[in-house]
Amino acid sequence: MDLNIAGIRVDVTEDGYLTDVSQWTKEIGIEIAKEEGITLTDRHWEVISWLQEQVKNDVALSVRGIKNSGVLDIKEFYALFPGGPLKISTKIAGVPKPKSCI
Amino acid sequence: MATKVKKMLFILSKATIENAYAAFVMANGARMEGIESEIFFTFFGLEAIQKKKLEHLHVATVGNPGMHIPTMLGGLPGMEAFATKMMKKEMEKLDMPPIGEFLEILSDSGCKLWACKLAVDMFHLKKEDLIDQLDGILTIGDFYSRADQEGCQLLFI
Repeated sequence: MDLNIAGIRVDVTEDGYLTDVSQWTKEIGIEIAKEEGITLTDRHWEVISWLQEQVKNDVALSVRGIKNSGVLDIKEFYALFPGGPLKISTKIAGVPKPKSCI
Repeated sequence: MATKVKKMLFILSKATIENAYAAFVMANGARMEGIESEIFFTFFGLEAIQKKKLEHLHVATVGNPGMHIPTMLGGLPGMEAFATKMMKKEMEKLDMPPIGEFLEILSDSGCKLWACKLAVDMFHLKKEDLIDQLDGILTIGDFYSRADQEGCQLLFI
């Protein structure tokens, strides 16, 4: 289905994940974050860029990957994106919802 | 997104590696979905939070029909160690962390880890024998009071 986010028409999955990462813009990220009740800070953007980089390099995202990332630790991850950090951060970053169970 | 399940409380009573992982994966999965989670380690489940024992949990090869080996063979010396080694290898392929690292992940994710007071006393364990991430030693009454809220589910493993 398609959705209008921040004035841009984008294709999204049923649970609101962008299906085409090339449609993503910072404004879309800000808008999705707002819906999740998050105001993005510089630190959020650093993490989002890192997530996008990982996905571009075909690295499967998981909480264990966060622990070993050297970018941030799990506690900070939960503090930045409360209520399901991997699900929420990937949605904001415009990358697919992680399929890992860990 | 609002979920009806607000909190998951797991009771791990067994020392077999597959049971420990079942509890850990579900407890971690709950946190990842924005659900509170806690694990209460009791009886043999305490092996999973003892510093000296946690990396030596085994899969059960006797009395476990899922292994598809005759019970007599499952009882041979070295069989459990062998089966466990094979299983750990498969789990590593799936990026499953070892028990110790998994406990760190759970603790950092805000999952509370509790030891059962009765079982700790029964096995003559001291606080120093247990992992540093442990949130405390509870009586069953303390544990139930932690469950006393709407949308809380208890799961015995």
